[in-house]
This record gives sequence, structure tokens and C-alpha cells, in this order.
Amino acid sequence: MNALVQVAAEESENPLIPPIPELVIGLIAFAIVFIFLAKKLLPNINRVLEERREAIEGGMEKAEATQAEAQQVLEDYRAQLADARHEAARLRQEAQEQGAALIAEMRAEGQRQREELIAAGHSQIEADRKQAAQTLRQDVGRLATDLAGRIVGESLEDVARESRTIDRFLDELEAKATDGSKAEAGR
Amino acid sequence: MSPDQTLAFETDCHIFDGCGFPAPGLHSFKFEPLFTLGGIDFNKPMLLALLGTVAIVWFFWAAFGRAKVVPGKLQMVGEAGYDFIRRGIVYEALGKRDGEKYVPLMVSIFFFVWIMNLWSVIPVAQFPVTSIIAYPAALAAIVYVLWMSLTFRKHGFVGGFKNLTGYDKSLGAVLPLSMTIEFFSNVLVRPFTHAVRLFANMFAGHTLLLLFTIASWYLLNGVGIAYAGVSFVMVIIMTAFELFIQAVQAYVFVLLACSYVQGALAEHH
Repeated sequence: MNALVQVAAEESENPLIPPIPELVIGLIAFAIVFIFLAKKLLPNINRVLEERREAIEGGMEKAEATQAEAQQVLEDYRAQLADARHEAARLRQEAQEQGAALIAEMRAEGQRQREELIAAGHSQIEADRKQAAQTLRQDVGRLATDLAGRIVGESLEDVARESRTIDRFLDELEAKATDGSKAEAGR
Repeated sequence: MSPDQTLAFETDCHIFDGCGFPAPGLHSFKFEPLFTLGGIDFNKPMLLALLGTVAIVWFFWAAFGRAKVVPGKLQMVGEAGYDFIRRGIVYEALGKRDGEKYVPLMVSIFFFVWIMNLWSVIPVAQFPVTSIIAYPAALAAIVYVLWMSLTFRKHGFVGGFKNLTGYDKSLGAVLPLSMTIEFFSNVLVRPFTHAVRLFANMFAGHTLLLLFTIASWYLLNGVGIAYAGVSFVMVIIMTAFELFIQAVQAYVFVLLACSYVQGALAEHH
């Protein structure tokens, strides 16, 4: 062995001739590095790199899906918002129309009530007038009879005659009054 | 100077002391065994080679041992290095489909070469393992074996031979000469240049660093101190330059390995 080392030492005077022990050590050292890297560590990192690539791609896909979903939701909301605006406009329009109708109705109702009141007033007045006329006629008849009796004495006591005469008198008065009012209206 | 030194040179010698400049040379690359284990004498480069191996395995174990989808700092650094070799070199040369199989080998070669180079500037170690021809030769031999076996497995014996010699009928009468040159250049010289390119770069780099380091120390006497300062600045500059060269040589070594494999896999034309 010593002799071999001696020979190797002498041979290695030339720096381009590799000494065998160092060649062996070099091969062993490289083999260790190669085996560790090729069998364990590089497959390890390759697996992880692959996982990472998939994770990134998966993440991208997920992000795309989320974005599409968000877009969809946004469009839905926009559509709903437009609908709501439409609805609001419609309601406002309706309310305006209803309001107008209500006002018109109220106005018509008021008109009707006023006319009713006027009509009721008229008929009341008519009734009052008729009643007044009736009372007046009786009163006037009696007064006239009393007066006439005083003037003429008791000759006009006969009721039948009396009432006929009074009626005739009153009719004449009435006719005169009607003529007067007609003449007044004609004027 | 005897090779049993601990440091690369004698430290008790300065200019004007009457001793000559202890120039670095071949003897700077020879190391006495530090200890003997199982019949093998371990010297400093061997120890550094094994330590470097441990360092690489430790680093990648720490980075990729329990790799996570969300990486830690160490894993991120490891991934950057791994990705650089995989995409930057192997996929570029061989394509993703053919190249995937060779990624582990190329990654191993790159980090092995780089770390072995890097010992050059690590304090205390300060010796590039790859400046001993045995280490580049071992790697070049592995690449050579792979390259040859791929060539003959893919093209058969005759096809493989044609592939290696650049057989091309249209060359006519020049074909035998061309084939001889190609055979010589590819089959015989290539593994040699592959190994020597790395070895010589590291050898020269280490010699330069030694030269300026020794000079800085040697000139440290009298008026020499001014020159020692200049020399020390050169040590700093050369160290930075070496850092660059170490990475470049590791890169080139892997790139060549890839191009050899690519040549073996290519359809011959």
C-alpha cells in the first residue's frame, strides 16, 4: 500500500495526472450528492412545485368563477334597481292620478251637496211660502169677514156664502198679484 | 519547499531579510495526508471535498427536505438555484421533454462543482478542490460515460460511430480525413478538455490569489509596505474575480455536459 501511495505521489508530479485515491473520493463525494438530490430532494421539490402550480391555477379558476358570479350579482342588482325605479315611477303616477280623481270626485260631491242644499232650501222656502199663504188666506178671510160684518152688519153671517165671496176675492187678488209679478218679470 | 506545510508558504520570510520570494507553484497544490482512515490517506482537498458534499446535502436537505407550497427563505433560495439550472441550462439545451431526465444529474454537477470551487475563498479552507485534476476528471468521466452510452443506445453501433465522427456523404474524398479529425476531437479530446478547462481555471485562480497573498506578506518590511498595500488590494480584487470565475466555470461545465448529451440525442444528419 505504501509503495502504491509512493508511486502515486511520484506520478502526481504532473498536475494533469489524477491520483487514484482522490479520483475515488471525488466519485464517492459526487455520488453522495447525486443520490440525495436525485432520489429524495429533487423529486420532493418537483412535487411541491407541481402542487404550487396547481394551487395557483386552481386559485385563478376560483377567482375567475368568483368574478363571474360577482358580475352576475351586479347585473341582477342593476336589473332589480331599474325595476324598482320603474315601479316607483309607476306608483307616483298612479298616486297623482288617484289624487286628481279624488279631487275631482270631492269637487263633484261638493257641487252635488251644494245643489242639494240649494234645492232643499228652495223647497223649504216654497213650503214656508205656501204655509204662510195658507195662513194668510185664512187670516185675511177672517179679518175681511170681521171687517165686512162690522161694516155690513150681520148680513154676511152665512158661512157658505161668506167663504165663496172671500175665496173669489182672494182669487182676484191672487190673479192680480200674478199679473203684477208677470208684468214685473216682463219688464 | 516541502509539501508538509500548514500554510501555503513560509511566514518567517520578508523582503530585505536576505531570503528569496517564496513563489507559489506546483508544490502549492500538494498536501501531506492529515490522517489515514481505512487505508486511504486523507489530505486537505479530500477533506474539503467531503465537507463540501456534506454542505451541499445539508443545504438541500434543509431547503427541500420538508418542502412546502408556500416556501421558507432557504427553500426559496434553493428553488432559485434549482430553477436556474433546470430552466436556464437543461431546458435551454435539451428541451423540456428530453431534458427532464437529466435535470438531477446537471443540478448535482453544478452545485458540486460550484461548492468545490467556492472553497477557494472560504477562510481557513482557501483551496479550490477542483484545482486537483482528479475531481474535474471524475465528473468529466461520468459525463463521458453518459454521453457515450446515450450515443450508442440511441443510434446503435454504426449510427453512434457516424454520430461521433460527423459522417456526411457529401464531403466525398475529404470524408476519411474529416471523420478522423472529428473522432479525435470528439471521442478523445473532449473529456480531457472538459476536465482541464475547469481544473486549469481553478488552478490559475488559486495561483494568482496565492501570488498576491504571499507578496502582501513578503513585502511587509521597510519601504516594501507601500507595495504590500497594492498587493493586498489585488488580493481583494482577485477574490471578487474568483467568486465570479467559480460560478462561471460551474455554469460552463454543466452547459458543456448538456451540449454533449444533446449531441448524443440529436438525430444525425
